[in-house]
Amino acid sequence: MPKKNDSQNSRGLISWIDERFPLSSFIKNHLTGYYAPKNFNFWYFFGALALFIFVMQILTGIFLTMHYKPDASQAFASVEYIMRDVSFGWLIRYMHSTGASLFFVVIYLHMFKSLMYGSYQKPRELLWIFGVVIFLALMAEAFFGYLLPWGQMSYWGAQVIVNLFATVPFIGPDLAEWVRGDYLISDATLNRFFAFHVIALPLALAGLIFCHLIALHEVGSNNPDGIEIKKFKDKRTGIPLDGIPFHPYYTVKDLIGLTIFLIVFALIIFFMPEMGGYFLEANNFVPADPLVTPSHIAPVWYFTPFYSILRAVPPILNSQFPGVAAMGFSVLIFFFVPWLDKSPVRSIRYKGILYKKWLGAFVISFIILGYLGTVPSNVWGQFSSAIPLLGGSDIATVVARIFTIIYFLFFILMPIYSKKDKTKPVPTRVRMK
Amino acid sequence: MKKIIILILILSHSSFIFADDKIIFEKVPIDLTNKSSLQKGAKTFINYCLNCHSAKYMRYNKLLDIGLSKKNIEENLLFTGKKIGDPMEISMPVKESKKWFGASPPDLSLVARSRGSDWIYNYMKGFYRDSSRKIGWNNLVYVNTAMPHILWELQGEQELNEKTGKLSLIKPGKLNQKEYDAVITDLTNYITYMSEPDQLKRKKMGIYVVGFLFLLLFLVVKLKQEFWKDIK
Repeated sequence: MPKKNDSQNSRGLISWIDERFPLSSFIKNHLTGYYAPKNFNFWYFFGALALFIFVMQILTGIFLTMHYKPDASQAFASVEYIMRDVSFGWLIRYMHSTGASLFFVVIYLHMFKSLMYGSYQKPRELLWIFGVVIFLALMAEAFFGYLLPWGQMSYWGAQVIVNLFATVPFIGPDLAEWVRGDYLISDATLNRFFAFHVIALPLALAGLIFCHLIALHEVGSNNPDGIEIKKFKDKRTGIPLDGIPFHPYYTVKDLIGLTIFLIVFALIIFFMPEMGGYFLEANNFVPADPLVTPSHIAPVWYFTPFYSILRAVPPILNSQFPGVAAMGFSVLIFFFVPWLDKSPVRSIRYKGILYKKWLGAFVISFIILGYLGTVPSNVWGQFSSAIPLLGGSDIATVVARIFTIIYFLFFILMPIYSKKDKTKPVPTRVRMK
Repeated sequence: MKKIIILILILSHSSFIFADDKIIFEKVPIDLTNKSSLQKGAKTFINYCLNCHSAKYMRYNKLLDIGLSKKNIEENLLFTGKKIGDPMEISMPVKESKKWFGASPPDLSLVARSRGSDWIYNYMKGFYRDSSRKIGWNNLVYVNTAMPHILWELQGEQELNEKTGKLSLIKPGKLNQKEYDAVITDLTNYITYMSEPDQLKRKKMGIYVVGFLFLLLFLVVKLKQEFWKDIK
């Protein structure tokens, strides 16, 4: 019997699998035969990077779970045990803590890309909605995870956020108690947050990411020109003329994005894992103490734009609920973007000056609100009492109010300015530059 | 309970903050590669601090990394009955110490990460005589601290000039100012080391990792160019 060579052998194995499991067709549908527009730019690295970070967080998380103890009396010490006594425990822990922050960096850039290139417009509304749900789940995941080191900032940050539920009219205090499982943040809270952080939300995230990708591959990727590449197909093969197979073209291109990301990531974890107190706060190196309130409580940087909105809204009838509602709305409003944008074109390249200005104003608001959320609201002092109306109020609070209004106007006025905007003619085929 | 919740809400919403007095800190020259400084700091720490403060996340055998020998640690630094793999714990019970000092002395394993090295250095230099306080001491950096000046014999006694807000020596100690500063620098250096014993290893490893990644970047850029040369 003639000897088979290696490639025949492997083909034999693959066809054996293919008869029982759709391996080849899966690879073809989602990698080698998935045609993506050839003009992706810098902004298109972040989707793949987000997926990479998700996997990395799961893997480092598994190793942390092997040594971490979700017990109020042992949690803090077990984290220090990981940092000092577990081989390379410090590396795993820093990868996880830095990964959490960079996850948000990447997700914010990924969302910004969609806002720039209109990637939420028809037929990608559901793709966008899955994305926003992923963002919400990620915020919950990060919030639950932040309690686990059981430091002062973990404890008091969680205390503040859980108390937001207490502002809900009528059921508030009961609701907050139900979330905590106790009258205050305690061992019971730590245990349930651990359960949410290590299984409930990662599981939900995995499912949502799967749906996000299925929706993406159903409608196909948008691109910086916002042109539907499926309109121009090779008549013989049916392949989009401006499309290239995801593998190998984008797998090799994404390797560049991944390597640059890893360089930034390594610079942080090896040389500045605390990132000046933004990724790991100084106060979180003090064990949680329910009797000592830190002088300044601020959430982690990725929540601060929304936290600023919460603080900016003044209480009405002695209730903080309007602020809490505004904060919730500032996140939920992203869901409506596909229907708020009335522009006939997708990409910012062909949209008019109005959209560009509003998007710019939105980004500036987001960054300023983000900064203000990290500092106490008296950071810039008060207006002089001689100024009518503003006299005596915190300057930073007034600034936060102005930018909160701009933040919301970006969305609320979108139907008007996107319709009025003078758009440019869209070419029929994509451009490479 | 409701009151507590309301209080917390007020705290989180308003501009409520205990503003620390803005003190201009002297920068402490931290050098974790200076093993002799770390060793001297470790000795000061164990002889003076480790009586009231614990460093329970730090194990004695980590001192091997700063160049102390096993024999040296066992003979000079370990308390009786302790093994070299034990953490730096103390026998003073927390409840008792709270009764004695008004506050239990905090564990110092991570103090360099929560307060910062400069804070520790300036705190240890900031003690002055204050007859209005029971312990007889006060501190410029941490006003009304519960801790007495444990190194007073070395530094001597300082006095606060209320007008200038500056300290001056009224009774010299065993060391002159330069020598005392050196002791505190070594101590701060050690406490900084102890807050993350693997930090030097981390930075050293980082250089190799980042170097490798740049090499990888060169290769993946070449790979991409090769694949993409026909795409126009």
